[in-house]
This record gives sequence, structure tokens and C-alpha cells, in this order.
Amino acid sequence: MPGLEDLYREIILDHYRTPRNRGELPVPPARHAEGHNPLCGDEITVFLDVQQVDGVDVVSDVKVSGQGCSISQSSASMMSQAVKGKPVAEVRALVRKFKGLMSIEVDDAGAADVDVPLGDLEALQGVVKFPVRIKCATLAWNTLTQALDS
Amino acid sequence: MTVDWAAVRADFPILQREIDGRPLVYLDSGNTSQKPTQVIEAMNEFQRTSYAPINRSAYRIAAEATERFEGARSAVARFINAPSADEIVFTKNATEALNLIATSWGGANLRAGDTVLLTHMEHHANIVPWHMLAQSAGIELRWVPLTADGQLDVGDLDRLLDGVKAFSFTAMSNVLGTITPVAMLCDAARRAGAISIVDACQFVPHNVTDVQAWGADFAVFSSHKMCGPSGIGAVWGRMELLDAMPPYIGGGNMIADVRLDGFTCAPVPAKFEAGTPPITEAIGFGAAVEYLESIGMHEVRRHEMELTRYALDTLNERYGDDITIHGPDNIEVRGGVMSFAFRDIHPHDISQVLDERNVCVRAGHHCAKPLMRLLGVNATARASVYLYNDRSDIDELADALDGASDIFGVL
Repeated sequence: MPGLEDLYREIILDHYRTPRNRGELPVPPARHAEGHNPLCGDEITVFLDVQQVDGVDVVSDVKVSGQGCSISQSSASMMSQAVKGKPVAEVRALVRKFKGLMSIEVDDAGAADVDVPLGDLEALQGVVKFPVRIKCATLAWNTLTQALDS
Repeated sequence: MTVDWAAVRADFPILQREIDGRPLVYLDSGNTSQKPTQVIEAMNEFQRTSYAPINRSAYRIAAEATERFEGARSAVARFINAPSADEIVFTKNATEALNLIATSWGGANLRAGDTVLLTHMEHHANIVPWHMLAQSAGIELRWVPLTADGQLDVGDLDRLLDGVKAFSFTAMSNVLGTITPVAMLCDAARRAGAISIVDACQFVPHNVTDVQAWGADFAVFSSHKMCGPSGIGAVWGRMELLDAMPPYIGGGNMIADVRLDGFTCAPVPAKFEAGTPPITEAIGFGAAVEYLESIGMHEVRRHEMELTRYALDTLNERYGDDITIHGPDNIEVRGGVMSFAFRDIHPHDISQVLDERNVCVRAGHHCAKPLMRLLGVNATARASVYLYNDRSDIDELADALDGASDIFGVL
């Protein structure tokens, strides 16, 4: 049986205790989406500011609000750090890469995704050994996708 | 009569299971209960020797299967002191039972503007079917509020019941453990001209149930929470009401006649049991109530009261202000369901850490989101006991909670 140390890595607990980019952005100009995990009642709202920089859509700011367990909250915090300032196309590639890390099959993964660095997010790899918690880890990412699509 | 509780525990084979060399500590019976050998064997034996269709064939094993199936209905009726076995309608579970009542009785008897009274501690199964009727038929809902310690606040009950057509409420909260004053509530409903519907899903497995003493009109419960298999539950209803209700779903078994221009219904309970029912599960349900009767529900309740008192005291003494156990402290009005918050650690994380020591608790909103909002939380961890639990399970829970502190520290 996988040990809890695989799940509760120090960097995860750090993001849980001190979440980055907590808060809200005024809507509009920001867009937002709400995500729910119907199994446990966790709720998350992702706020995105997308601006054109040199003709490219860029996530210029991101904020996350809501409540959840250590895995959903740390994943949201790491996600916010990873996508802030990135072009939307790169953010979408990161979403695909993260879902791959969570063993979720992604239909439209491009060859270019291979090079997307996950950085701190690699720490969430241990979640795969606890299948029930994959939904916790992906809640923020699915909500991010909703916000991008909105 | 004294019960050998160690022998009772030994009746449940799964509790012999070890994971990573440690025993299983099953504290999630409010979710679903484990099954004793007596039930497992009754279902096996039936399938090996007597399985056949019911109500439709002339050969001997079909007659035998029908007799066993109806025997289970009689056993279930006896268990809740229903006046007649014909007043027991088998359903898939308690959720379907409540949907049957809301759809069939509600559809025939409620019109736009009519009011149904619920309470703030209901399970989604006793909320959503009424919301659906509000959407489709324009009925209105009212709610009985709660006191600070998680009991029904009945101070204003008569005013809340004024003009109400049905009062549907839980006999025991699946989150707070609160046991409600069912007979008083049924009486108040009757005086107001409302029918009473009792969600007894958490109550029946743990208490002596007497639907006639309650003075209720309907009660629902589920086999899987009371040592029986999943896939079968029951509505008990007063015959006069069941008889006047339209059928719920149509098909075989529920008809007296079918013509090109229409159909006539079979008598209750067949009227509400279209299609082949869960036959083996009914045999298991019957075996489960016979198992519980062999121990005695007074004894089961006494055992759980003692264990609940021990759990409340152990956890409160050990963790003081670090633990908040929701619901009343008085075990006279609470069952063995304990939802708690612990040191600001999220219930999902608590459950995960407890699982390291094979301690099984529920984490989540317990299908009671309105109550969660009232408590100001998204989720709780919930430990719930049954007749097969003992003090060692509570001690193991208390010890395992320390592990959560080791990982998360003081947040």
C-alpha cells in the first residue's frame, strides 16, 4: 500500500497552509467559473484576466477562492502559480499535461505538450496512487478550463 | 437477556479481515452496514436451492420462491409492527421509496400552491423529490428549523403546519444523529390535517420501530443499512392511502388486466411492484430482520447508546476544544452517528489518514447540503457505530486521529 508520505509531500502541505493567489478579481473585466466536487462538497472559483499582449492571449492574472481539502487547495495554488503570465495556448497545454500526470486520458494532446514543464506540480504525482483523490487534484484544473472556455 | 456482543461481532466475516496486518475498524454503518453470515448464507442457500420467478409460474420451486419472498415481506412488516404485510411495498431503496410517495401520493393529492413541510436536517432523498414536485406541480416547501444543539425547533410547529398537506421528516438525522420525536410530530401533523411521512432509514436499523405507535401515515427504510443486502428497501403506508394512490411505474406484475384501451391495477402491494423484483435480496432482507430480532432491538439500541456515550466522552476528553462533535450530547435523543470537525483539518484528509489504520469513516456532505450550510461547513467527517462495533473501534479511531495531527500539525 502506498504510504501517506507519497500523498502529503512537504511542498503540497506548504501550498495548503499558504495558498498563493487567493482571492477574487472584479468580473468583468475578469472571467470566472465555479467548480464543485459533488462527492465531498468542495467548491472552488477560478478568476482569470486574459489580455492580448503582442497579439497573443495571455493569462495576465489569476485568483482562486473556495474551500477544500489539502489536495484540492494545494493543486489550485500550484496551478495559479503555473499559469499566471502564460499564453492561453501554453496554459491549455499545461492542463493536458497535468491531466496526463493524473492518468486521465487526453484526446487532443499535441506533440508540443511533451516539453511543457510541470515544476512543483510534479509533487502531486503521488495522488495517482490514491484514485479517490484524483478528483480533488483535478477540480481546480477543470474549473480553469471552464473559465478559459467561458 | 444479556447479549454476547463478541459473538455478534464474530457473525460478520468482513470484520475478521486484516489489511497490512491490522484489523478493519468499520465505523461507516450510517452509510451502509456490514452483513452477517446468517444473511449471506440465507441468500446463498436460496440461490442454490430455491431460486425461481415469483408470482407467475405453477411449478413447485416457483411456488416455494413466492412463499419465501412473501415470507420476507411478512418479516419486514412484523419488524416495524405494520398492521398488515400487504402494507409493505418493496422498492430499490429508501430513496426510491420517498420518490414513490412524492410522485404517486404527491402527484395525486398536491396542487399548485399546496405546501409540504420538511426540516433542515433532511437527507437529499427527502428534499429533491419535493423540489421536483415544486418544479412540476408548483407546490411550496416550508422548513422546520433546528435548535443550537441540532434538534428540531418545534416551538413554532403548529404555525408551520398551518395549511400544510404533508409533513415529511427524518426519524434520525444521518449527520447529527438526532432522534426526532416522531409520535409527537405525527400527532401534530394529523391535528393540522396533514399526512406524515417518516424517513426512518437511519432509525429502523438501530431502534425498536412501531409505526402504529408513531401514528404515521408512511415510513420508508432500506435493507442495506440494517444488515441486509443493497438493492431493496421498503415503503410502509396505511392501506387506505396506498389503495387510493395511482401506480408509480407500469409493467408486469402490477396489473389486474391490460387491454388495448387501457389497464387496471393489481391490488397493493403488487400495484407498486412492476417488473421482476430483487428476489434474492428480499430473502436477504427477511433474513436480516430475523437476525436483528434474534438479538433484540432493545438490546441493539442499548449497546449503541453505551458505545455512543463512550465515543463522545473519549473523543471530547482526549481532544477537548480541538474536536467539535455536531448534534445533541444527550444520548437519549441521539443515535450512534457522530459528525465531527477536528483541528481545522479537512474531512477528506482526516478520512485519508484514518484509512492508514483501516479506520473507515465517511467524509463529505452526507447528502445533506442544506444542513451543511447551516452548520457553516462544506463537509464533515462522520463515524457511525452499529451492533458489531465495540470500544476497541472507538479507541482505534481516537488513536488514529493523532496521526492527522502529525501530518498537518496545527494549521
